[in-house]
Amino acid sequence: MTLKAKVHIFLKNGVLDVQGKAVEGALGGLGWTDVSNVRVGKVLEFDLKASDKSAAETEVKAMCEKLLANTVIESYRIEVA
Amino acid sequence: MKAAVLVFPGSNCDRDCKVAVETTTGGHVDMVWHQETALPSGLDLIVVPGGFSYGDYLRCGAMASQSPVMAEVAKAAERGVSILGICNGFQILCESGLLPGALLRNAGLKYICKPIELTIENRNTRFTSAYGDEQTIWMTQGNADGNFFADADTLQSIEDNGQVVFRYVENPNGSINNIAGIVNKAGNVLGMMPHPDRAFEPSLGSADGAPLFHSLQRLLQSA
Amino acid sequence: MSTTKTIAEYAAEYGLKPDEYQVILDRLGREPNYVELGVFSVMWSEHCSYKSSRLHLRKFPVTGDKVICGPGENAGIIDIGEGPDGQKLACVFKMESHNHPSYIEPYQGAATGVGGIMRDVFTMGARPVALLNALRFGEPDHPKTKRIVEGVVAGIGGYGNCVGVPTVAGETNFHSGYNGNCLVNAMCVGLADADKIFYSAAPEPGLPVVYFGSKTGRDGIHGATMSSAEFSEDSEEKRPTVQVGDPFAEKLLIEATLELMASGAVAAIQDMGAAGLTSSSVEMAGKGGLGITLDLDKVPQREENMSAYEMMLSESQERMLAILKPGREEDGYRIFKKWGLDAAVIGETNTSGHIVLTHKGEVVCDLPLGPLSDDAPLYDRPWVEPDTQAPLTRVPVAPVGDALLTILKSPDMASKRWLWEQYDRHVMADTLADSATGADAGIVRVHGTKKALAVTSDVTPRYVQANPYEGGKQAVAEAWRNLTAVGADPIAITDNLNFGNPERPKIMGQIVRAIDGMAEACRVLNFPVVSGNVSLYNETNGVAIPPTPTVGAVGLIEDYENRIGFNSLKNGQVLILIGDTKGELGSSIYLREVHGLEEGAPPPVDLELEKLNGDFVRSLIHTKTAKAVHDLSDGGLLTAAFDVAAASNVGIELKNPTDLEDHVFAFAEDQARYLVAVDEASAHLVLARAAEAGVAAQTVGVATGTDLVLAGAASLSLEALKQAHESWLPAYMGA
Repeated sequence: MTLKAKVHIFLKNGVLDVQGKAVEGALGGLGWTDVSNVRVGKVLEFDLKASDKSAAETEVKAMCEKLLANTVIESYRIEVA
Repeated sequence: MKAAVLVFPGSNCDRDCKVAVETTTGGHVDMVWHQETALPSGLDLIVVPGGFSYGDYLRCGAMASQSPVMAEVAKAAERGVSILGICNGFQILCESGLLPGALLRNAGLKYICKPIELTIENRNTRFTSAYGDEQTIWMTQGNADGNFFADADTLQSIEDNGQVVFRYVENPNGSINNIAGIVNKAGNVLGMMPHPDRAFEPSLGSADGAPLFHSLQRLLQSA
Repeated sequence: MSTTKTIAEYAAEYGLKPDEYQVILDRLGREPNYVELGVFSVMWSEHCSYKSSRLHLRKFPVTGDKVICGPGENAGIIDIGEGPDGQKLACVFKMESHNHPSYIEPYQGAATGVGGIMRDVFTMGARPVALLNALRFGEPDHPKTKRIVEGVVAGIGGYGNCVGVPTVAGETNFHSGYNGNCLVNAMCVGLADADKIFYSAAPEPGLPVVYFGSKTGRDGIHGATMSSAEFSEDSEEKRPTVQVGDPFAEKLLIEATLELMASGAVAAIQDMGAAGLTSSSVEMAGKGGLGITLDLDKVPQREENMSAYEMMLSESQERMLAILKPGREEDGYRIFKKWGLDAAVIGETNTSGHIVLTHKGEVVCDLPLGPLSDDAPLYDRPWVEPDTQAPLTRVPVAPVGDALLTILKSPDMASKRWLWEQYDRHVMADTLADSATGADAGIVRVHGTKKALAVTSDVTPRYVQANPYEGGKQAVAEAWRNLTAVGADPIAITDNLNFGNPERPKIMGQIVRAIDGMAEACRVLNFPVVSGNVSLYNETNGVAIPPTPTVGAVGLIEDYENRIGFNSLKNGQVLILIGDTKGELGSSIYLREVHGLEEGAPPPVDLELEKLNGDFVRSLIHTKTAKAVHDLSDGGLLTAAFDVAAASNVGIELKNPTDLEDHVFAFAEDQARYLVAVDEASAHLVLARAAEAGVAAQTVGVATGTDLVLAGAASLSLEALKQAHESWLPAYMGA
């Protein structure tokens, strides 16, 4: 079966997200002063052939560990549907 | 000296590194394509050059670190071969796990190209033994992701082991502890953001990168 | 879409005038189909055909003993002597605008501008070694300006840095005249062996036509016609036609192209720039006097269901078209595979004299190539003498020190460090002088030799506005002067003519007169034009940009140890002003920035005097008598003295030996002048030699202390001046 995978990657808490900080500052400058904790991350989407959802999740996790995320600085979250 | 400079798709300081090694040491340099599964034999130095391997897409150095040739570089590192990663090369070495830490987006979010003043924190490495008693040295940098980061424990161990080789006098990128370059625990793998390959003769504005290559040459002579 | 009415309507929509469409009907003896009309409309656009300017461009001198290839190819080529192995070396260069796309989408517009100009250079077999850019933005307070600056600078850096070619020089102006139309002119300089130059003309029939690079998508369709039209309020709706650049693909394309050329497989080659596959295939076959067939089904496509029309007009970036020598397809595929590029044989050359396109088994276009190029419209547009400024009748006085501070922190004169620090200026490890150095031109070594190329980009739009003829002369003269001031022999120029709507006689008059002036300067200075680009219709709602004929110039330094800058002044050295100061303040920076006046005739340019004074300065550099050199331009002597003092970190005390009032002496913009530092001991000799040569020269100051002083008029700490000079742009950009 072909499944849709979505991987969300963000800098870990504790790693200063300079882009997030800049966006937060810009939003504040535009009047959205109630905004806090902006994080800029990335989302990857792809199709994946796998026997079932669980197998797909295992594969995607391996991809994250190997290439898609740098676990020294980044955390990731996987959605497979 | 027998050296190899790796070439990834998007490397753009590969020739600079070759010329720098040749000019400063008179050594022989082979260019090694990233798809190679074997390195030339008898290498004294492997240079992982700067540039934008794979366009800096995904994360700087991430895709290059998975190249076939990097498995061979890891083995060479294990054998004690000197490995020098400059700029994108530093990023690749961190991504491949040969060096601790990671390089984040510059604190100012912009690419910065400028001359950089560095202190030499450890003059006893194989990369710095030929430096004299100069207080600081100058090289240029050119990067958008030169903001070195390591978690507290890793940082502590890097500092405690004397692995910090260069520090910025004025930190342009936001690096933790002003770190500009580090070696691995064994001391044979150096990663640095500033470019000794652009500072190896006075015409280029600085020759302060030349002693780095001379140090490696000295290592051979003493061996 | 086959009724007469529909095709004629499309013709109008694509910018073809009724009489132009009639020519097409006459030549074909039938009505073109939709695809054919698309091909005609882009080939006959202003951008591709130069129909309004071609007649006048013929006035430029385009030959010389150093010219290997003049205008008409992808880029110009000059002879720069012998290389390390005794081979003849060539320098290949061109400047090109990407104005309209940069206004609509600043990052991608500027990025693809850099990519496009690099392809023009490596298409000819040259490795790009230096980039320059000439940028004109609207006034800082205009609501769009900051966003455009931010995007353009990031785009230039993002592309050039990634590809790995140093950006070594440039210029940046701000003026309300560019509020509705920014200018992004990018120049690329490359190096090649003179006997390994590649051209676009197909050499013989029966050869395979290979497409390689990125896949074709629906990017930028009708970009060429868009850049040949005025903006209106709703132009931002045109956003989807802007192309997206992939510098990583460009880097791979450069390496693959140069490797393919070195393999001996290439018979002819052309990049796909404006009007993409259409202009490249038409030019290759047309220039070779041959015909070409293309099977569009074989074109690597990024999107589904692309029509023939879309494929022919797509301006997807990072694509090349090559004609290979017989049987060399496998060499090509091996190289393309190595570099991860898409590639396909999509056609063949023949003797038909036609371009024939097939798509899904049907012929969708069959046009004779002759009319596409030979019958391209050529207009002698009506023109009238452009408005010019009368000589000044008054010069308001201001305290010299205050005026200098005001000038140094004005948008045009303030340091541009904020932007050029975002450009990699040192990759390739051959940069000897860049924007940070304190030199009048960028300097890069010719790799592996003692030679170096000096490069600069210049024009003073306010002079051209005030008097197109004198301003045109001045643009060329200043470029020549900047090369001279670093010790280079000026060789040739590329021009990038940016103007408003040529259908307006006053604008056409600006074009004609500016070209007249430039051509005159090129002749007298023996400084031929080897390549160029024209960007017209830079107007919004009927308001044209200031006429901006940008000059990109290249000079040669035989031994780079003999180069010089203005960062090398030492305490105790004497400053000699070369050239006469009559006190020209018309259209000066002083008037505009200190008094808010944009008036007065610009300084006249005496070209013979330029030559005399410049040759003298160059001789002082070659004999190593000159210790620092700076040409005098915007802001006059005192501004130049600041540049020298700031770059060298030593104060200067100037005196006014003339009868002119101090503010006039300080800020006059008389041409053909240089500030030259010499050792005290050689000052008398230099003055004597100048007198012998008939060159005006006088001692005007000495290097000392930490202040910039004009005796009796101003005394300012260098630190305070530097602070003023450096602070404006970062503050404006919010950095």
